Amino acid sequence: MKRSLKPSQVLLALLLLCLALLPLASYLGLNAFYLDLAIRLMIFAIAATGLNLILGYGGLISLGHAAYLLIGAYSVAIPNYYDVDNGWIHLGLAIGCSALFALLTGAVSLRTRGGGFIMITLAFAQMIYFLFVSMETLGGSDGISISFTSNFGLFNLGDTLYLYYFTLAMLLFFLWLIYRLNRARFGYALTGSRLRPQRMHSLGYSPYRFQLIAYIISGVITGIAGFLLANFVQFITPEMMDWFRSAELIFMVALGGAATVSGPVFGAFSFVILEHFMSEWTLYWHLPFGLILIAVAILSKGGLVKLLDTHAGRNPDA
Amino acid sequence: MDTQLILVQLVNGLQLGVLLFLVAAGLTLIFGIMDFVNLAHGAFYMVGAYICALLAARTGYFLPSLLLSLPLVFVLGLVVEKYLVSHLYKMSHLDHVLATFGLILVFDTLTHYLAGPDGEAVLLPDYLNGAINLGNIQLPVYRVLIIFVGLSVAAALAWAVNKTRAGMLLRAGASDREMTSALGVNIDKLYRLIFAVGAMLAGLAGALIAPISGANIAMGNEIIIIALVVVVIGGIGSIKGAFLGALFVGLVDTMGRAYMDDVLKLFISPVAAESAAPALSAMIVYIIMAMVLAFRPNGLFPANK
Repeated sequence: MKRSLKPSQVLLALLLLCLALLPLASYLGLNAFYLDLAIRLMIFAIAATGLNLILGYGGLISLGHAAYLLIGAYSVAIPNYYDVDNGWIHLGLAIGCSALFALLTGAVSLRTRGGGFIMITLAFAQMIYFLFVSMETLGGSDGISISFTSNFGLFNLGDTLYLYYFTLAMLLFFLWLIYRLNRARFGYALTGSRLRPQRMHSLGYSPYRFQLIAYIISGVITGIAGFLLANFVQFITPEMMDWFRSAELIFMVALGGAATVSGPVFGAFSFVILEHFMSEWTLYWHLPFGLILIAVAILSKGGLVKLLDTHAGRNPDA
Repeated sequence: MDTQLILVQLVNGLQLGVLLFLVAAGLTLIFGIMDFVNLAHGAFYMVGAYICALLAARTGYFLPSLLLSLPLVFVLGLVVEKYLVSHLYKMSHLDHVLATFGLILVFDTLTHYLAGPDGEAVLLPDYLNGAINLGNIQLPVYRVLIIFVGLSVAAALAWAVNKTRAGMLLRAGASDREMTSALGVNIDKLYRLIFAVGAMLAGLAGALIAPISGANIAMGNEIIIIALVVVVIGGIGSIKGAFLGALFVGLVDTMGRAYMDDVLKLFISPVAAESAAPALSAMIVYIIMAMVLAFRPNGLFPANK
């Protein structure tokens, strides 16, 4: 690398290092609660990283990414209902079903532009939501508890420590993947499709194809977050993944910084910590939270990453 | 299947349809003309229901409470537009989504704080509670009244948009904002009026439904999704599309829930039909939306661009 590291990259590395060492601190007597909080942080960081691919780099606002959390979570819950604990089946279902759903809905919704895409992704997510609500055998709106967590033979994700490092490994992998994708031809084509769709057309590229592929990858990443979430909470209801969750994921990406690798991680971390402490503070925590959302929409341009890199950095022009 | 039941379901479907229209009309105008994505539009529906319910509970008079809730929601719409929404028009759709989602949380939490978490019930006065007798068929008076109100509003809106000066300005503002503004029309005022009227119509829908399903905090966030589907099916910015789309979606949704298992039994075994019907009828509206978009990405009645 010729360029020096940006403050946001340094902070991301430090955060990930802390996460890698946290179980050690827990072993030395740190409250186990923090381990749980960290798993939650990482799962939402993965989900937001997935969303960021289509929302940040692709410039297409999906208000339906909770659907992939649902699909991923029920990929664990449904085999579990039939006493199947094979982790490869769980993970395979999560990836396969997320990809299929993204392909089908993406093929339709990418034909519209701008605001239409927001509404259509939201509607499709609601469709999946009502599908799971109406399935009485799987608990319907009461939810379903998961007694058979994903068993990969060598390890079982029902074990907190295995789940912790598995989630961390997934997070690292997807951060690397997004980093790589955006330095590949694919990333440039996707960014080009966002900024100059007509020019891309005249260069012989089809924005539709790149956006559809990005949408599928994005859905699969968030689907895997759903798979991890089911293993983590071990009791899921459709309600945990309604359209408010989709909006919260958008908030995470926007707060952290869209179209940056580290943004969704910062955003997810800020969101989960904010949610945790505000909900402890008052029953009506959604009121200040709503005001924060409005403030972020009006004031923030580029999110936390931009803030870090322009104000904390030694050279503001970087 | 007897005619009485089918007719009642038809009335229920139409009633849902006109309510959807009242919500979708404002939504499609605000989206089509101002290019503003307003997720918080359902909040006006919820607030309308609460104002009507609380007033009716205090005073004991339902219809005056309903009528009084309209100007109140209108003013709320003006205030929200003036102090928040008007600053957002020039921002990106992403900012719209974030800010209006924040606005939903603010509205929901304030309602929770002021009126409690349990929701409010509204009693219908006796003169609205009966049934209309048509030979051996009985139809609930109040639901028929809702349909009548909805259709009247649709007719009034069509007249206002096509025949009045304000409607002409609205159409002019929609097709070319700068030019209309340059000709001396106060676009900011026009937008504020459209936003507030849209809010008031959503509030009317909420107040109308309050005696049937009560007022509760979640109601706005439930109807907004189906209203968005209506807007997408009808074509963004089109009142006509919103009207036909709303009636269609209302009828399909109601009939689907009532008769899906009977229809499925014609094709598959009764046991399979019983289990598949709830899932399919919950999804049918969205499946139709997907099919419409696959062939007409801009909806059935796209507003002229």
